[in-house]
Amino acid sequence: MTDPLIAVALVLVAVTATAAVLNREPLRQALVLSFLGLALTLLFVFVQAPDVALSQLAVGSALTPLMIVLTVRKVARATPARHAPEEDDAHDQDGEADR
Amino acid sequence: MTRRGRLLLFLIAATVTTVLLVGAFVELPDFGTNFHPYGDRAVHAALEHRTANAVASVNFDQRALDTLVEETILFAAVLGAVVLLRQVTGERRRPPRPARVSPAIRRLGVLLLPVALLVGLYVVAHGQLTPGGGFQGGVVVATALHLLYVAADYRALERIRPLGPYEVGDVVGEAAYVVTGLAAMLGGSTFLANVLPWGTLGTLTSGGTVVVLNAAVGMEVACGVVVLLATFLDQVVEIDEESDGARPGTGESR
Repeated sequence: MTDPLIAVALVLVAVTATAAVLNREPLRQALVLSFLGLALTLLFVFVQAPDVALSQLAVGSALTPLMIVLTVRKVARATPARHAPEEDDAHDQDGEADR
Repeated sequence: MTRRGRLLLFLIAATVTTVLLVGAFVELPDFGTNFHPYGDRAVHAALEHRTANAVASVNFDQRALDTLVEETILFAAVLGAVVLLRQVTGERRRPPRPARVSPAIRRLGVLLLPVALLVGLYVVAHGQLTPGGGFQGGVVVATALHLLYVAADYRALERIRPLGPYEVGDVVGEAAYVVTGLAAMLGGSTFLANVLPWGTLGTLTSGGTVVVLNAAVGMEVACGVVVLLATFLDQVVEIDEESDGARPGTGESR
């Protein structure tokens, strides 16, 4: 029986999706969005939709968060004064994006 | 709009959506039963055209026109990103600095890059047999190339990623899909009909046009995602404003 697995995946999706909405900091949101993508991937695998799961894994948990992170980085640098307090949070991503 | 007005608008929209959703769902077959009227017909049609992956058959044979539109959505999105994120007046391009990468990450990247690339191409080529296809495989191929950015630096990525050919590849992939559909019409059938020999079920060449359309989408998606990520990465790594602060035109130029 895969039903308990589907239930667990559904709860995971609900929790991560709510967390993504409630999080107000874009960088953290991107990370949570990535987890939401993973949760959705699990759900799709459990309901036997591997094709959709593959798309979700590639786009939802890798591509979209990456584009958000890059955008945040660019915007933060264009307006340094307003985003100064977030610089510390952004630091991990900075090292990556600078290269 | 006031807070009250917004809330009222939301409540009206939410009520209408809820009523429509519930109305649509009560007639659906129960979740998790063995009653799949659409699925049974789709699998039957897929096997008739010797396509082992029924999902690929739905996407590239039974509903090939939908996939053409879907492919065009990505094409238009990439085009829009390229236009919006281009280098504008007052911005300068500075060459990316070489980066120091720890040897362990470098080794891992060098090891993973060919594997990821191969997996991506495999997913595209086996779309008619196993889960995956042009879209999924294309994204894997595109992101695999970016392992070079992680393992080395941006200059290394730019060397294997001259944008011109990838832009051409994006267009060719999109055009190849339409041309395949038109070729079927020229052959006396309907647009995007599966007119090629269907082959033997379970072999790499089975599925007729599914193979061709998968390759076209794979090329379009791989090249499109590379171009899309390049426009974003260029903005972050290379493009800078000429002078900080005094640029009143920033708001309008975006």
